[in-house]
Amino acid sequence: MLAEIGHYALILSLLVALAQAVLPMAGALRGDAALMAFGRSAAVLQALLITISFGCLMILFGKADFSVALVANHSALSQPLPYRLAATWGNHEGSMLLWVLVLAIYGAGIARFGDNLRETLQARILSVQAMISVAFLAFALFTSNPFARLVPAPLDGAELNPLLQDPGLVFHPPLLYLGYVGFSVTFSFAVAALLEGRADPAWARWMRPWVLAAWVPLTCGITLGSFWAYYELGWGGWWFWDPVENASFMPWLIGTALLHSAIVTEKRGSLAGWTILLAILAFSLSLIGTFLVRSGILTSVHAFAVDPERGVFILAMIIGATGTALAMFAARAPMLKSGALFGTVSRESGLTVNNLLLMALTAVVFLGTFYPVIMEAVSPANKISVGPPYYNLVFVPLSAPLLVLVTIGPMLAWKRDDLGVVAKKLIVPTLLVAAGLAAMVVWLGTAQVVAALGLALGAWLVLGAALVLARRWRGAAGFSWRLVRTTPAATIGLALAHAGLGFTTAGIAAMSSFAAEKILVMRPGDVATAGPLSVTLQRAEEVDGANYRALRAHFRVSQNGSQRALVSERRIYTVSGNQTTEAGIGVSIAGNQYVAIGDVQQDARGQGLVVRIYWHPLVGWIWFGGLLMAMGGAASLADRRFRIGAPQVRQSPTARPLAPALVPAE
Amino acid sequence: MKRLILALALAIAAPAAAVLPDEMLPDAAQEQRARMISKDLRCVVCQNQSIDDSDAPLARDLRVLVREQIRLGKTDAEVRDYVVARYGNFVLLKPPVEGDTLLLWAGPFAVLLLGGVAMILWQRRRPAATPDSAPLTDAERAELDRLAGPAD
Repeated sequence: MLAEIGHYALILSLLVALAQAVLPMAGALRGDAALMAFGRSAAVLQALLITISFGCLMILFGKADFSVALVANHSALSQPLPYRLAATWGNHEGSMLLWVLVLAIYGAGIARFGDNLRETLQARILSVQAMISVAFLAFALFTSNPFARLVPAPLDGAELNPLLQDPGLVFHPPLLYLGYVGFSVTFSFAVAALLEGRADPAWARWMRPWVLAAWVPLTCGITLGSFWAYYELGWGGWWFWDPVENASFMPWLIGTALLHSAIVTEKRGSLAGWTILLAILAFSLSLIGTFLVRSGILTSVHAFAVDPERGVFILAMIIGATGTALAMFAARAPMLKSGALFGTVSRESGLTVNNLLLMALTAVVFLGTFYPVIMEAVSPANKISVGPPYYNLVFVPLSAPLLVLVTIGPMLAWKRDDLGVVAKKLIVPTLLVAAGLAAMVVWLGTAQVVAALGLALGAWLVLGAALVLARRWRGAAGFSWRLVRTTPAATIGLALAHAGLGFTTAGIAAMSSFAAEKILVMRPGDVATAGPLSVTLQRAEEVDGANYRALRAHFRVSQNGSQRALVSERRIYTVSGNQTTEAGIGVSIAGNQYVAIGDVQQDARGQGLVVRIYWHPLVGWIWFGGLLMAMGGAASLADRRFRIGAPQVRQSPTARPLAPALVPAE
Repeated sequence: MKRLILALALAIAAPAAAVLPDEMLPDAAQEQRARMISKDLRCVVCQNQSIDDSDAPLARDLRVLVREQIRLGKTDAEVRDYVVARYGNFVLLKPPVEGDTLLLWAGPFAVLLLGGVAMILWQRRRPAATPDSAPLTDAERAELDRLAGPAD
C-alpha cells in the first residue's frame, strides 16, 4: 500500500510541476498577481508531495518490504537499520528520488523565503525551476520507478555493496545533491534574468545566498567524499582524479567563480553577463556530473547504475537546458547594461583574474575527464588514458598563481587601486612567508623546494586571511572591540574560507612530499618502521560482526616516544561475499598513522600477514581546510545584508566630487 | 571449521591492495624506481587506476614485468617504452604530447590566454577616460584622507 501511495504522490507532483512550469510564467507576462501567487503555493505543494513519496520509500526500506523490487535488490535483513534506511538513496532509483526531493525543497525555499524578490522575477524563477522538475520527475517515473513491485516477494534481499555500508554514505550523496541541485536555483535566476532582460545589483544580491546555499553543501560533500575514500578504500589515497570525483569538482570550481563574480555584480553592477554565464555553466556541469554517474560512460567505483538508456535521457536534458539557456544568453546579453567602470588594478580586476584562472582549472578537469572518451569516439585505434600525472603537471602550475592572488585580492580597493599601496599593506605576510620559505629550503634542502613552496603558499593564505581580520579590527584609533563585534559575517566568512584553502594547500603539499610507507609480511611480535613510525604487530584474531566476519589485527605504534594501539580488519560480508579493509588510523594534528592488513602470504620466514604502514603528514589539514571553507560560506550566508531588502539604486553619489579642490589640476 | 572457511575465503578473494611484499625487488633503490614507473602506468582492465594501486591480476603481472625489466638493467624510459610497445599509449596515465593530444595539454593554457586577451580587449573597448588614467598626487591623497578618513 505504501508503495502505491508513494508512487501516486510522485505522479501528482509531476502534474503540479507541469502547472507550475506554465502558470506563473504566464502570470509574470500578463501581470496577473493571482497566477504568480499560484507559483508559490505550487512550489510548496510539490515539495510536500515529493516528501511524502520519499518518506514512503524510506519506510519501505525500514520495514524491509521485499515485495518492492528496489528494496529487495538493495537491502538485506542482516543489515543494521541505519544502513537499510541509507540504502534508500544508495541506488539509482532512490537517488533520483532524492534528487527531485532536493530540487523541490529548493523551489519551496524560493517561494517561502523570496518575499523580498521582485514578484515577476520570483514567478519566472519558480517556473524555470518547475521545468527542471518536470524533466527529472518524468525521468524518475518513466525510466526508473522506485516503487515497482516484485512478484513473488523474496524472503531476504540482496545486500548493499559493503563499501557503501558506512556513515560516509549516509551523508555524502545527499550533500553532493544539495550542491548539484542548488545550482538549479542559480540557473533559474540566470534564465529569469535573461527573460526579463535585467541583471542588476539587486538581482545579484538576491542570488548570492542561493549560490552559497549550493556551494556550502557541495564543499562539505566533496570533503566528506575525500575523507571517506581515505579511510574506507584501504590504501589511504585522498583524491584519485576519478571521473566521478571530477564530476563534483567541476561544478565546485565554477561555483566558486560564480560566488566571486556575483560579488562584483552586487557591489559594482559589473560583469552581469559573465555572472549569468557562470550560473548556466555551474548547473550544466552539475547535470553532466549526474550524467557521468548514471550513464556508465565512465564507469568507476562510484557508478552504481550502469545503463546507457538513462544516460541518453539525461544527455537530452543537458543539451535542452544548456542549449536553450545559452541561446537566450546570446540573444539577450547585449541588452544587459554593463556596470561601473574599473581600473586595471582594482578589486574588480582581481576577481576577474580569479574567474579566469578558475575557468582554466575547470578546463583542465574537463579535458582530463572527457578527452579519453572523445579520443575513443574519434579514433578508437588510438585510445589514451588521463590520470593523476597529467593533473599534477597541468593543474598544479595553474592553481599556484590563483593561490597567490587569493591573499592579494581582498587587499585591493574597489574601482581602482595602486600596486604600491597594496604592496605596503601586504608587507608583513610577504616578509614572514619569504623568511619561512628560506628557512624551509635551508632545512629541507633544495630537493624539497616544491614542498617548501606549497607549505609557504599555505602560510601565505592563512596569514592573508588573518590580515583581513586584523585590518578590519584595527581602526584609525587602534584596535577596538567595537570593530570586532561589528565585523560583518561576510568578512568573517571570507577570512575562514581563505584560511581553509591555506590549510588544504599545506596538507596537500606535505602529503605529496613527506608521506612514508612500508609494505611487508609480519608475524606477531614483528616490528617495522616507516618514516617516524615504529609498528609492532601484537596479535591477530577472528571476530564476528553484525553481518560480516573478520580477521582483526592489533598493532602498537610508537612515534617520538608516545605509543598508541591501532586495530585493522579484513571483513567478509556473509551474504554477498564482498570484502573490505578497515584500516587502523591514529589521528593527530601533525599527521595520521595508518595501518591496514591484507592477505596471509608466504615469505622467506614462512607464513605471515601482509601489512601496509603509512605515515600521512598533515593529511587531516586537507579536510579541516575543506570544513573551514564550508564554514566560511555558511558564515557569509548568515550575513544580515541578505535578509534585509535589496539595495536601493542610488543616483550614483560617487559621480559627485567630494570637494572641488580634488579635481586633478591638469 | 569456521576458521577454515574464513581462511579459504580470504585466500580465494582478490587481495585488498596493490603492491605485495612477494613482488618487491630486494634492492631498495630499484624497488623505488619500479614504484615510480608503476604510478604512471594504467591497469588496462581497471577503471582509472594505476598498476601501483590496482589489485587486478593483470596489474600484478605488469608490476612483475616492470620489475623484471628493471632487474635486467633497463632505464626508466626503456621500461616505459617496453610496456607501451605491448599495450599502446592507452597504458600511459600521462599521455604523450602529440598532434592528437595537443588540445588536452594546451587547452587549459589556451583558455587562460584567450580569456586574458578578451579581458584586456574588453577593458580597452570601454570609454578611454578610465578613472586611473590620472593617479592622485600625494597632496590629493592626503586631502582625500583628511576629508573621507582612511581607506578602511
